[in-house]
Amino acid sequence: MDPKLKKTKDSSSNSANSPDSTHSSFPFPDEVLERVLSLLHSHKDRSSVSLVCKDWYNAERWTRTKLFIGNCYSVSPEIVARRFPRIKSVTLKGKPRFSDFNLVPQYWGADVHSWLVMFAKVYPFLEELRLKRMTLSDESLKFLATSFPGFKALSLLSCDGFSTDGLKAIATHCKNLTELDIQENGIDDFGGGWLSSFSENCSSLEVLNFASLSSDVSFDALEKLVRRCKSLRILKVNKSISLDQLQQLLVHAPQLIELGTGSFQQELTPWQYEDLETAFSNCKNLQALSGLWEATSLHLPVLYAACASLTFLNLSYAALQSGELAKLVAHSPNLRRLWVLDTVGDKGLEAVGSSCPLLEELRVFPADPYELDLHHGVTEAGFLAVSHGCRKLHYVLYFCRQMTNAAVATIVLNCPDFTHFRLCIMNPGEPDYLTNEPMDEAFGAVVKTCTNLRRLAVSGLLTDLTFKYIGKYAKNLETLSVAFAGSSDRGMQCVLQGCPKLRKLEIRDSPFGNAALLSGVEKYETMRSLWMSACNVTMSACRLLAKDMPRLNVEVMRDEGSDDRQADKVYVYRSVAGPRRDAPPFVLSL
Amino acid sequence: MDKIPDKLSSSSEKNEVLNLEETELRLGLPGSEFSDKKAGNGFSLFGKDLKDETNNGFSQNPLKNIFSGAKRGFSDAIDGSNKWGLCINGGSEVDLGKNDVLFSPRGGGNVGVKNTNILQSCQPTTPQPVEGKKIEHGSTTPASKAQVVGWPPIRSFRKNTLATNLSRNNDVTGNSGPGCLYVKVSMDGAPYLRKVDLKTYCSYADLSSALEKMFSCFTIGQYASHGLRGKEELSECHLMDLLDRSEYVLTYEDKDGDWMLVGDVPWEMFTDSCKRLRIMKGSEASGLAPRVIEKCKGQN
Repeated sequence: MDPKLKKTKDSSSNSANSPDSTHSSFPFPDEVLERVLSLLHSHKDRSSVSLVCKDWYNAERWTRTKLFIGNCYSVSPEIVARRFPRIKSVTLKGKPRFSDFNLVPQYWGADVHSWLVMFAKVYPFLEELRLKRMTLSDESLKFLATSFPGFKALSLLSCDGFSTDGLKAIATHCKNLTELDIQENGIDDFGGGWLSSFSENCSSLEVLNFASLSSDVSFDALEKLVRRCKSLRILKVNKSISLDQLQQLLVHAPQLIELGTGSFQQELTPWQYEDLETAFSNCKNLQALSGLWEATSLHLPVLYAACASLTFLNLSYAALQSGELAKLVAHSPNLRRLWVLDTVGDKGLEAVGSSCPLLEELRVFPADPYELDLHHGVTEAGFLAVSHGCRKLHYVLYFCRQMTNAAVATIVLNCPDFTHFRLCIMNPGEPDYLTNEPMDEAFGAVVKTCTNLRRLAVSGLLTDLTFKYIGKYAKNLETLSVAFAGSSDRGMQCVLQGCPKLRKLEIRDSPFGNAALLSGVEKYETMRSLWMSACNVTMSACRLLAKDMPRLNVEVMRDEGSDDRQADKVYVYRSVAGPRRDAPPFVLSL
Repeated sequence: MDKIPDKLSSSSEKNEVLNLEETELRLGLPGSEFSDKKAGNGFSLFGKDLKDETNNGFSQNPLKNIFSGAKRGFSDAIDGSNKWGLCINGGSEVDLGKNDVLFSPRGGGNVGVKNTNILQSCQPTTPQPVEGKKIEHGSTTPASKAQVVGWPPIRSFRKNTLATNLSRNNDVTGNSGPGCLYVKVSMDGAPYLRKVDLKTYCSYADLSSALEKMFSCFTIGQYASHGLRGKEELSECHLMDLLDRSEYVLTYEDKDGDWMLVGDVPWEMFTDSCKRLRIMKGSEASGLAPRVIEKCKGQN
């Protein structure tokens, strides 16, 4: 906040910036503008603000403290450092989303280290780092832990390249850590010793999530840590923590707002059972519950007392049957978000429909994704039942083995406010099982009825008609995921020509070729990225695209043994940083 | 293109009323064809004809999974868990430059030509994964199923966690865990076995129809569907017709190790005592077959 600092650094700004300037037609002094802008938090708003005029651009860049970079290759650390001098919090996303499903080879990139080096130089007071689909090594974690004395919060989601040794470094060196959130990363687990590396003075933790790590941690260390950290509001432990251990933790932390339990299966004595029940009922602030590994009907009742205040229940690792779920949701009338496994069946979902009128988000994951037998899982009936009872539903992720156009049409009539509609009919190219027709009308109904739709994932047997509908009606669509769908280039063209707000388009195994790719030449710079794999695109078209659009990075990965002319995996994204300099040999930057 | 193996002696005089494609014996992978076959094609258990399964009519379906799997040489690792089987890597040997043809039967232009090429060229490769793999004991998924990389789109962490849970359920208490009861099902003449979860069925008819779908790829249809969609039972004359031609009888091994005919005891008692199932050829079960007929007569 030192004005002198600003003037010397800001040599490129015009004199209209100085408070004494008479050239500026802007009535407010900079300090006022900056004060106002510092109240803006959304990075989208900030982007808009920065485009108004040079004054506003400068005021905005001086007041921005949170950096959001949706694609780490769209900009370089140097460019960021030049523009934003006062960053305290960084969110960085790396690999394309399909890397979650093994479609991107290892060592593709998105290494965070060069960013950390820049941060250490320019943002020594960095407090928060949130990474998604980035690669980071233990050395990077050590560097992070030792370079930023005020570092507070680390969140790693779907990252890879590091091990528990890196976590040890964080626990050891970050004296003011408030948040350690490790989710679903591809990491080497060398044991739970990292948890014991928290110093005995550490009492600042507010968020601790190590649910996805597998090895045992020292319960003693954990208990002491929980006891010390009075501000702990989010605690998600891993499977190694047993039920009676959980009870001991809850006794020390009744203030928890979010809890992820450990293993929920253990022989308990009646006293232990009662203690556990009491511990849960004492958690008056509990809003979110997850974990529940291997939960059975034997132990679920201990949760009932805590269910009344729950708004988020994540049962996606507990293979519950319909009856068990029904009882649980009967106690949870305030649920807004529910994640379940499809073992609950349509009957379980019917219970959800009748018990949870406030439900806004439903995710149903398949317990056995490769099982083709229709007897398992959920069908259109379950989805229908939820839509009848939960009219506020706006986010759905639904894995099923059969669906009909009529059911989807009814569902969106019941719930017209969908913003996120992700339907995965698990057998590729599966038609409406009653009429044998393509599922075009289903998604047509979705885009026609749900005018607020921002995210759509389609599946089943689909022709170009689906995409014509999407292009024509989905005016707010930002993210579209396509797999095994479409009949010709026309489909993709319709989407590219029709959806004005499209930001991310990811396509796999669909018959879209060069004409489709090139029809979006002017569109791609308005988008974050395009992914096309196992489509019909050739190298020549990719080269053409790269040549015509210098501010697009066009990257191709080829499968082993495939034709030289074929562009098996194409990743196109806008960038002001030019082609990647760290691309591995299998990534061709055109 | 119909190859009739020697073992299955379906009366060839029926062929003139048959749709040859339906009776074609294809070496597709289990499950990949089930949406393609009608229920009436396979053997009938208990002499009941079962619901006519709607045929989606898109003949490339059974091959879809195979092809998509075939192309994925690059990143086939489903992290560390071999149970899920490997994706077929033979694709590069076959001219699979474009696999779009399979997904767009009505696509424009050149598609038609390529279609036949690929269908023909795929025939020799498909047997490989089938023969090469065995069902692992305790695995819920037959390893010979072709799997597309990254499909269904579920993150590795979730996939691995659920895989561990499922296998634990099967290994721990002899294939039975909370909510599931997996038993092996063998069929005489089939190259590999299957596993079914008895708890997902509520009656013999249920089980019978599921098994028929599962094993239909190994039999030749006796005759085309009679348009009996929705009906679970036949009139007596149809019943007798079916039984006369019925090739197979369903038997099970009970807790004492004896081989019993399925259908004698109440369903719950059956699921409690059944350790494994065997679809026995009619010729071997000749002594049992008449009882089947009488039993079903009684039920009708």
